[in-house]
Amino acid sequence: MAYLMAFLIGGALCAVAQAITDLLKLNPALTMVLSVSAGAILSSLSLYGPLVKVASAGATVPLPGFGHVLVQGMLEGATEGGFIGLMAGGLKAASLVLTIAILAGFFLSLFFNPKG
Amino acid sequence: MGESMKTKQQQAYQQLANQSAPPRPVVRNVVCAFIVGGSICLIGQLFWSFLMSRGISPKQTAAMVSGFIALLGAVLTAIGVYDELGRFGGMGAALPVSGFANSIVSAALEFKREGMILGMASKMFVIAGPVIVYGLATAFIVSLIQYAIGAVVK
Repeated sequence: MAYLMAFLIGGALCAVAQAITDLLKLNPALTMVLSVSAGAILSSLSLYGPLVKVASAGATVPLPGFGHVLVQGMLEGATEGGFIGLMAGGLKAASLVLTIAILAGFFLSLFFNPKG
Repeated sequence: MGESMKTKQQQAYQQLANQSAPPRPVVRNVVCAFIVGGSICLIGQLFWSFLMSRGISPKQTAAMVSGFIALLGAVLTAIGVYDELGRFGGMGAALPVSGFANSIVSAALEFKREGMILGMASKMFVIAGPVIVYGLATAFIVSLIQYAIGAVVK
């Protein structure tokens, strides 16, 4: 059941993003930016948390989940360290993905060349 | 590049190109995005269930799953598979964090020829940069509002 929900919700988020991109003729990069911001807003409205409960990876893997992680990290930081905690909490919560993506970009570029 | 930065000629060309381009098959694109995006999330969920069964905390699990999918996207990009997936799946490949990693790795490989500082290391953020900047800015604003009105609830 968890697998089905992850597939359906994750797929639905991507389908919505594709529909918005096509219908409004957006640049895909703009859609990616909007998705993260939308996830952050939904998260602060306590709407994204329930989606994560239902869909697990289906909600955290797409980019709105990245916005959700930033907001939850900031709010968690705020409860512990006030304003400074809020500032520090966002990237702290997102640090694993960012570090992996950046290091992968660096190390893979040493050994691979673009295809095609 | 903003609309205002385009010359008249470019605008005229863009208009002509838009007119003569075939209409995008929206339904087909949406279905492909659904299948590809859903499948990537399904792979993430397999890892998620495995981690949870090992007794790892939900928060740590979520972070590790996203990290794993990002790594998967990065490696598939380097061997030239992910761009094919992107051509087929559109936002289904771009929206998961693997697409975020793809935007970094493909730009890093692409701009390596312009040098390791101002090429690879700088240009790898051409898409990831805006995502981080606007994501962080939005998260900061909404979090600050919530913090200011004292409504910090989990």
